Amino acid sequence: MTRTLKRLVAAVLLFGLAPVAGADQLLMVRSGQLFPEAMSTLQNALTARGYKISRVQNVDKGLSHTGYRTDNYKVVFYGKAEEVAELAAKHPELIPYLPLNVAIFAERNNTLLVTNRPGVLADFFPDPELKATFMRWEKDLSEVMNEVREAR
Amino acid sequence: MALRYVTLMVFALAGAAQAAPDGAALFARNCAVCHGENGAGGIGVPLALPSFQAAVGDDYLHKTIRLGRPGRVMPPSNLSDAEIDAVVRFIRSWRKQPAPRISAMPIKGDAARGKQLFATHCAACHGASGEGGRGTGVTFSRPRDLPIMPPALNNSGFLASASDGMIRQTLIRGRAGTPMVSFLKKGLKEKDIDDIVSFVRSFEPAPHPEAAAAPEAEKAVLEMDSPYDLAATIENVKRAATSQNFIFIREQALTSGLAPEGEEDPRQHIVYFCNFTMLNTALATDPRVGLFLPCRITVVEHDGKVKIMAINPKRLGKIFNNAELNAMCDEMTRRYLAIMEEATL
Repeated sequence: MTRTLKRLVAAVLLFGLAPVAGADQLLMVRSGQLFPEAMSTLQNALTARGYKISRVQNVDKGLSHTGYRTDNYKVVFYGKAEEVAELAAKHPELIPYLPLNVAIFAERNNTLLVTNRPGVLADFFPDPELKATFMRWEKDLSEVMNEVREAR
Repeated sequence: MALRYVTLMVFALAGAAQAAPDGAALFARNCAVCHGENGAGGIGVPLALPSFQAAVGDDYLHKTIRLGRPGRVMPPSNLSDAEIDAVVRFIRSWRKQPAPRISAMPIKGDAARGKQLFATHCAACHGASGEGGRGTGVTFSRPRDLPIMPPALNNSGFLASASDGMIRQTLIRGRAGTPMVSFLKKGLKEKDIDDIVSFVRSFEPAPHPEAAAAPEAEKAVLEMDSPYDLAATIENVKRAATSQNFIFIREQALTSGLAPEGEEDPRQHIVYFCNFTMLNTALATDPRVGLFLPCRITVVEHDGKVKIMAINPKRLGKIFNNAELNAMCDEMTRRYLAIMEEATL
């Protein structure tokens, strides 16, 4: 294929990455799975794409211990060690947004997942060098979120 | 060869463009998270509710999807008109009857009189100025005290979507399955209802001010230089967070849990802390704020200088399209800055 054609194909493929939630700047999905299953699906989908779960923050436990009522509510932090280290070294302004995270919480028999679109970070940090990274994250995360949404 | 590829691609794209949009799939992807897979509602209106469907026309649904509700969680949609129509058809598929025909004619009532009636009959749920129910996250992950969030009637998205006739129908019929009862059954006359409609329409020139807030002016990151070394700065951040009524949770390297143990970069540390009362209030306002959790400040040594950094809640908060949350994010930004200033004094 010629270079022009390759670019055209790339543009079409990129255009074809349909957004998960319209014009929203958040990626939000509802999973029909119960919370434990949805959490498992999320973690498996992330690790299948080469990410490692660095921590699961038990927001619900903290709230319960201090006397507040809540359903299951966790925040999953994830990333790729080398990528995070490299970005932190070259673009320290990104550090407060690392590692990436997904909030996951129960709503009755469903589970909801929320995270910001990685593409939003391109507005926050307009350095052209970062754009490819944000777009790759957005693609991966859109796939992950769709996988959780469709899991039964 | 290249021409063949281009031709094939053009045909493929043309075919895709002509295929009828799948309303069910679009709804599942874009709407179900808030409105429920079967329209049973969540933070969003229960779209399958027969009393809702009987009172709103397709035009109202289409405009609502297109415009969203600025400052009230629902974002505007970038779907094409054909896709929105497909979503509307899918929503209608839950009800076996055709969409009601709602008059598009303006209603001429007495807005001044309507204001008094609104204060007596509507303000308790919809707010004195039509600002809607508080606690936009009440139906997310929380005990459900309300089957529906009272809509903000002064919202520009609502006013642009709802015709006078639609508002009138809603007042006349009420919303069976929600706390809203028929105003005729409450003893009001049709003239009273017209007056209330005119008052609601009078909100139009002054939509919710928060909705128009421009986020771009805010920086995405809060940062300050520290005159202390890394270890002292970390301790200062912990102490300052505590003095600002946060509980210290833990401290860890940025790549902790990612890099093999012992190989984390010791020059990048995150200090986590929490104020559970604030957290509980924030989650009741918008449970999606998990992205902020737990509160954290990063201490970084870079090129021999120590810096403390945090996300700017005021900037990140704007992507939630929740005016009620904005005020909390402003407060969190103020608190972060207070901690950072105290830690670097």
